[in-house]
Amino acid sequence: MSHSVLGKVVMRQLLLAYRRPAAVLNPLFFYGVVVLLMPLGLGPKQAVLSEFAPGLLWITALLAALLSAEIVFRSDYDDGGLEQLVVSGDSMYLASLGYVIAHWCLTGLPLALVSPVFAQLLSLPAQGLPALVISLTLGTLILSAFGCLGTSLTVALRRGGMLLSLLLLPLEVPVLILGSGIVTRAVNGMPIEALISILAGLALLAIALTPLAIGASIKISLEV
Amino acid sequence: MAWAWFHRLGSSPWIYRFSGSLLGYLLPLAMTLVVVGSIWGLAFSPPDFRQGNSYRIIYIHVPVSVVSLAGYYVMAIAGAVSLIWRLKVADMMMRVAAPIGAALTFLALLTGAVWGKPTWGTYWVWDARITSMVVLLFLYLGVYALYEAYDNKALASKACAILSLVGTVNIPIIYKSVDWWYSLHQPASIKFTGGSTIDPSMLYPLLLMIFSVYLLYACLLLMGLRLTLLETEAKTAWARKEVMGAQ
Repeated sequence: MSHSVLGKVVMRQLLLAYRRPAAVLNPLFFYGVVVLLMPLGLGPKQAVLSEFAPGLLWITALLAALLSAEIVFRSDYDDGGLEQLVVSGDSMYLASLGYVIAHWCLTGLPLALVSPVFAQLLSLPAQGLPALVISLTLGTLILSAFGCLGTSLTVALRRGGMLLSLLLLPLEVPVLILGSGIVTRAVNGMPIEALISILAGLALLAIALTPLAIGASIKISLEV
Repeated sequence: MAWAWFHRLGSSPWIYRFSGSLLGYLLPLAMTLVVVGSIWGLAFSPPDFRQGNSYRIIYIHVPVSVVSLAGYYVMAIAGAVSLIWRLKVADMMMRVAAPIGAALTFLALLTGAVWGKPTWGTYWVWDARITSMVVLLFLYLGVYALYEAYDNKALASKACAILSLVGTVNIPIIYKSVDWWYSLHQPASIKFTGGSTIDPSMLYPLLLMIFSVYLLYACLLLMGLRLTLLETEAKTAWARKEVMGAQ
């Protein structure tokens, strides 16, 4: 495993994050501060907040994934690491998959794990918590896949940030709908197994197919 | 010999002249049909017994909606062709299709809103189909914005081709999910399209309009393509000759 380019990319990204932990914490801080804005904008009424909580928690996750995706390839593009990866002759599919998995381990997964804390701040009813964690765990995998794709398309551009959101948010519509739908249904005591299966299926589809596009876009961005 | 047509697709002057002579037939035909269809639909088809005359906007609304949906596939297929066969024409076709598609989608939303005000009493409802059209508009705008963001246009079109292919895979998922989202949040519903039956006297002008807007779309694509050809090859002898005239 660790001898393939997939394992190497994942281990390297995790090591880099370990050396600079702020990169992992930033999306969580961002999540916290946006959650803080919600009651300030909507008013502190618990009934209102708990009604909108599934959507708010999911929209914030979408934005956090978007902002954290922006820097995935940045330093490797600037210092030539990406070029070395391409000329090494290793499979770009596996390398791209490695970037997606590492990005998810560093942003989506931690976010999903601490999301119950944020859910308390927005008074999400307790029966929605497992659904929130599961849907975020699966959904952020798709968000990481699309995030890496968007970044690989825009990494050669100096000002990619605003463009990235225009490219990615329309593609991420199904994730938002399914994710917040799952939490809403769980809160209302409806069954969610089928929807979770669909979300899991989409996540598998995303991590199977997007590395193809990411590998091609990296080559395009490097003009090779 | 059998592949001569394919090789000719790599020659810019040939495409420029061929599309020019094609436009000579297509454009007058498209314009005539649009005028005939509009007059037929707006003046001669009977008024709807529930909506009166306001329904007549379907003669614009439905054709532009249909073509804006098809336009995304035109763009994506052109993108795929340019990625696979490195065909310059396909490449230009894709980049021209993005703003045209965005404009048609916007027109579909606009005519829908204009129709909605007298009929539903509001310009906007978050109905499944309207929402999907808004997503489609942003997909088009994303491709267009990505293209404009690159200085190197050869890279830009490859990046856009990938983006539009990803969008193509995603579009059915988006549509399904938006449908599901709508059924989940079913508001005090304004059901209008129950058991859609349409009288032939209204259908024929509509079909004619759909056909002529397709033709118009083809003309716009070709015109955009010719302009892009001249722009990218502005320094070559044939392009100068076309613009300046024979010297």
